[in-house]
Amino acid sequence: MGDGHRYIPASDADRDAMLREIGVARIDDLFASIPAPLRLKGPLSLSPAMSEQELWAEMSRRARDDRQPDPGAQFLGGGAYRHYSPAVVDHLVSRTEFYSSYTPYQPEVSQGTLQAIFEYQTLICQLTELEISNASLYDGASALAEAVLMAERTTHGGRVVVSDRVHPEYLEVCRTYLANLDLPITTFGHRDDGSSDPEAARRALREGKASAVVVQQPNFFGCLEEIEAFAAAAREAKAQLIVAVAEPISLGLLKGPGRQGADVVVGEGHSFGVPLSYGGPYLGFIAARQSFLRNMPGRIVGETRDVDGRRGYVLTLSTREQHIRREKATSNICTNEGLCALMASIFLAVVGKNGLRDLAAHNHAKSAYARNRIAAAKGCSLPYTAPTFNEFTVRLPVPADKAVRTLLDRGMVPGIPLSRYFPGMDRDLLVCVTETNPRAEIDRLADELGRLD
Amino acid sequence: MSKGNGIYPEDLKYTKEHEWLAVNGGVGTVGITHYAQSELGDIVYVELPAAGSPVVAGEEFGTVESVKAVSEIFAPVSGEVLGVNTALATSPETINKDPYGDGWLLKLKLADSKELDALMTAAEYRKYIEEEAN
Amino acid sequence: MQPRSLRDPERLLFELSRPGRRGVALPPLDVPAPDRAALDPRYTRDEVEGFPELSETEVVRHYTRLSRLNYAIDLGLYPLGSCTMKYNPKIHEKVARLPGFAGAHPQLPAGAAQGCLRLMHDLERALCSICGMDRFTLQPAAGAHGELAGIMMVRAYHRERGNPRQVVLIPDSAHGTNPASAHIAGYRVEQLPSNERGCVDLGALRRRMSEDIALLMLTNPNTLGVFEGEIQEIASVIHARGGLLYMDGANLNAFVGRARPGDMGVDLHHLNLHKTFSTPHGGGGPGAGPVGVMRSLEPYLPVPTVEKEGEVYVLRHERPKSIGKVRSFFGNFGMFVRAYAYILALGPDGLRRMSETAVLNANYLRRKLESTYHLPYDAPSLHEVVFSDRHLEDTGVHTLDIAKRLMDYGFHPPTIYFPLIVKGAMMIEPTESESREELDAFILAMRRIAEEAREDPDLVRTAPHTTPVRRLDEVGAARNPVIRWTSPQKPR
Repeated sequence: MGDGHRYIPASDADRDAMLREIGVARIDDLFASIPAPLRLKGPLSLSPAMSEQELWAEMSRRARDDRQPDPGAQFLGGGAYRHYSPAVVDHLVSRTEFYSSYTPYQPEVSQGTLQAIFEYQTLICQLTELEISNASLYDGASALAEAVLMAERTTHGGRVVVSDRVHPEYLEVCRTYLANLDLPITTFGHRDDGSSDPEAARRALREGKASAVVVQQPNFFGCLEEIEAFAAAAREAKAQLIVAVAEPISLGLLKGPGRQGADVVVGEGHSFGVPLSYGGPYLGFIAARQSFLRNMPGRIVGETRDVDGRRGYVLTLSTREQHIRREKATSNICTNEGLCALMASIFLAVVGKNGLRDLAAHNHAKSAYARNRIAAAKGCSLPYTAPTFNEFTVRLPVPADKAVRTLLDRGMVPGIPLSRYFPGMDRDLLVCVTETNPRAEIDRLADELGRLD
Repeated sequence: MSKGNGIYPEDLKYTKEHEWLAVNGGVGTVGITHYAQSELGDIVYVELPAAGSPVVAGEEFGTVESVKAVSEIFAPVSGEVLGVNTALATSPETINKDPYGDGWLLKLKLADSKELDALMTAAEYRKYIEEEAN
Repeated sequence: MQPRSLRDPERLLFELSRPGRRGVALPPLDVPAPDRAALDPRYTRDEVEGFPELSETEVVRHYTRLSRLNYAIDLGLYPLGSCTMKYNPKIHEKVARLPGFAGAHPQLPAGAAQGCLRLMHDLERALCSICGMDRFTLQPAAGAHGELAGIMMVRAYHRERGNPRQVVLIPDSAHGTNPASAHIAGYRVEQLPSNERGCVDLGALRRRMSEDIALLMLTNPNTLGVFEGEIQEIASVIHARGGLLYMDGANLNAFVGRARPGDMGVDLHHLNLHKTFSTPHGGGGPGAGPVGVMRSLEPYLPVPTVEKEGEVYVLRHERPKSIGKVRSFFGNFGMFVRAYAYILALGPDGLRRMSETAVLNANYLRRKLESTYHLPYDAPSLHEVVFSDRHLEDTGVHTLDIAKRLMDYGFHPPTIYFPLIVKGAMMIEPTESESREELDAFILAMRRIAEEAREDPDLVRTAPHTTPVRRLDEVGAARNPVIRWTSPQKPR
């Protein structure tokens, strides 16, 4: 290997010259501090290096192995939502100054990133109708776990009360985070119309102290919740109301939960222009009332001035964070989802006030159309009557997982069989419709579901 | 530069965690020393207990925060909080400018005057921080 | 209105916004619009108040101008210690955007996602080979997330054996995420002192080790860039009393292809795909923090795992002793694609050349700067070297000032004031991506700044002078936090 690798400039000649400057005979001498018994005798057992051309061919082949149905014929939601991302989003985040830069610890050379995060924090506050936000968390599920930990830090209730209509993966992540902290989770149930039951929440809260009540809007089954009722219940019990939002496009149509009495809103932001990418990287967001400021997890960007009086932005309130506060930090988070937050900001900037309202309206309209057509399909029914946004539950005449297998062969994915998460819900299918599903495919979906039995 | 050259008034008592205590009758006033505010840098925020709260000698009762660090504040003696310096909410930098005067943190009613014996004099404290700096 | 100048600050989206401007047009609605009254107004809002209204062209200009205010790895050296700011290969960006990967919905039936599942499986196998571990979980979204998942697995391991134990031992040189993660996992943290070489003090460990210690977390090489040569003895001491050894793998770039954590007595470790494996840092993520485990910890892995059954790849959710999940779905898949492409592009020879050159570059910087700056520990450096500002003590110029002045020379500063065991630390990691010329330019700049500190200290203390903004008032930002824009009509 006389030349350098294309990613590693130093040629053998460069290496020899530098070894001489260091005053060492061979590269191996620089590794003398590794004890002999630990030194590998042979090369790693991996396939040999590929040229770029071979790499492109190999990865293209692998990507084609999926044999996915046309995106327009997929009706999948359940915590991940397919939306159209305007070309400017990928174009702008492909600028190397954004994607190859580091965390903005040196603000003088990071004003691009810092100002973009300040704008992002503002957009999240506007969407949720709350006062403060942070620079991002990993995803909606872990954001909920962080909000629960924050509630416990500030309220010391010793327990969390969660609706059984919250996304099961969000609940599972909360359980995982709380398992070691002696912080039990009590769940409460739902009404026949598919929405969570505020009376059940009240009953659960009366059992003892709690730090927080958690509901999801819209809930996992697609139904809208009465946020004000849960806010009242939480207030009476001196607990916080945390609302989780898995599909934030809904906030173009639905009220910000902050206005409805939520103390903290968390959620999953990838609907704002971040690729589906088989589950990640995604974007956790959190917003809260002003009083939570010194308890917020994660990075926060603040506005300030430089020595010449110019407006600028810096990471602030860093004493909350792990690199200073260590075991007393508000979270252990370091690297977050910075570039995804930037994608979301660009998406929201270009979609804008009117565009988000229209996009939400389109999602709602197409989903309402699908819901009505499927309700009229032979053998199909809607088990829940609560209003929905772009997701809803359908009851089929046959097991839903069988229906999915049948329709996959016909180039369609009709939804998520709920038995995947809830044993016993064998015939229930969670269907999501967005602006990416053309009417022709929605009609075909209804026809296919009507032909199932 | 020797840390002992900072100002350490003779009539105050001092703790190993860099708090000072002034005693007048049964009432103590507590703050942090010149050394403490100098180590912290520009102070940005102070967290103090509510009036009426009990404090226990040696236990944490609040925090003082700068841009780069957070320091817990420990009670020099036990007692009950009579009042806190509310001006610090808007001007925490007063602690840097005047740590023994306007930068006082709280006043408390002493529970046990015998606890004063465990505290350091100005000379002992000066010696203590010289050693700690080395 | 003022005439424009090249140095104008960039305004905020909300300040550029003008009523009625639009950035997107949706296709016409191809279904009937539902009756607006069909959705009860107690659920709905008219619009998002304060949201910007901009055309596509204005958005593009705004973010293009913002991007030019940033330094980036494609502009020059970014020597942040333990961050491994290496080159982000462009073909990997193309590959990650292949529709079969970027467009794959995580709720697809496994039969329609075989390409994605196979990639996750193959990446796990490759990481096991590279690190000598039995399995990897790819689920954690970052290194700290991996630490948390790892410590939770340790706790589950001990709980099953009758006693979760109370304490995690962490060296005083460790990254802040280590104690923060241990605390969230329900453990008390105790610090272990470093010896005169900056390594874990084996004697102190022997004295402290007991049945209440669940885990020792160490970083190898440590945050001084020094290999923990006694790691096998350290592992023995811990294992003899039933404890486990965690290795923070942030610094893996130092010995890939030369040694493997699995051979060192390490029970579990995380690694950072956004460090060793070249995925871009993104201005603060996304990253990925896979955790490798030995057989004894396999039962506790997060679910689902990817398994190969015959010729088919599946997601397996049944793992009765699993800690559960630390995030939704499977992890940051987009970063898996990039990291796997990197491993394919380098191969075994390339990976070995990578760590060799990383170590060579760091030692070159050390040799050329050790007469100018103080070296607090003279133990051999691997991929990074730590200096301090002690030699400049009498000038009144500190590490912070040196870092700020470096920006005027066109470099991003190294990590400063970390590790905490070195006063005025400058932690420098060049990585293998740098040519000799780039290193020489950095060396020259560092030497010039040391001269300036003596000849013109004020110049250094008031730096930077040529960046888009100069030193910012961080005290003011913390005293009176303003963390969002508010419309001027509304009171703050």
